[in-house]
Amino acid sequence: MTDILFYVFAAITLISGLLMVVSPNAVNGAICMIICFVTTAALFVLLEAYFLAVIQVLVYAGAVMVLFLFIIMLLDVNKDTSDLLKDKMTLGASITGFTLLVILTVSVFAGGQHLPETALLPVMENPSGEGVGIPFTTSAKSFGYSLFTKYMLPFQVTGFLLLAAMIGVIVVSKKHSENS
Amino acid sequence: MTVGLNAFILVAGLLFAIGMFGVILRKNTLVIYMSLELMLNGVILALVAFSRYNGTMDGNLFVFFIITVAAAEVALGLAIIVALFRLRQSVMVDQLTSLSR
Repeated sequence: MTDILFYVFAAITLISGLLMVVSPNAVNGAICMIICFVTTAALFVLLEAYFLAVIQVLVYAGAVMVLFLFIIMLLDVNKDTSDLLKDKMTLGASITGFTLLVILTVSVFAGGQHLPETALLPVMENPSGEGVGIPFTTSAKSFGYSLFTKYMLPFQVTGFLLLAAMIGVIVVSKKHSENS
Repeated sequence: MTVGLNAFILVAGLLFAIGMFGVILRKNTLVIYMSLELMLNGVILALVAFSRYNGTMDGNLFVFFIITVAAAEVALGLAIIVALFRLRQSVMVDQLTSLSR
């Protein structure tokens, strides 16, 4: 049953991603992008990363794409949408590169000589905290445990990075008052 | 679930390829930026799959940090695009060539 779910969600993810790329209207592309993010969150659920699935829907499909849609509609760039299929050189080069990358990926991961398959490991309900590596768990508690023990310094640096990004956005989007 | 690691990595690699296709093909800066997000999405799918099949939590923690940094990056990048549009009245990359002259 979950195999069928994997194939359905993987197909929707890839098709909506491709539709986002080739859609001439940027708003339609953003909607396809939201579908792509939500189905990626469904793939996270199949991988039993429930907390990350929730975060993916909240942050990516929620906040980030709302920001994108806001800017697309604010700038109103849909007036000149005929940028596709104009430049034959760009079209040919990008399709060739895309095809080569797809052939490489498929031959490495799905061909006759693909990498060895590993079995799914059993999942614990709660973190134990023993040993060097943190074992895979399904609970959000292990995120808190890891963030405040092994990843304390990256956690602090990320907080500082968010502050720097906030100040940077304010500085970039501020109008220069000496011009007016 | 009998779907192996290779299937997940295949989906992640194809997502990355689609994102790169969009970055090369499109002229609209906002669509190029969304394609970059798609490439990042493929990478975090690969990280979660590796984390699940390896039995450690570190990949999931990396994805947590990547999502945080990506949210900050999107806010800053969109502010730069808005500032660029205010200056040049266009977001098409083939009209933003003032550095090459």
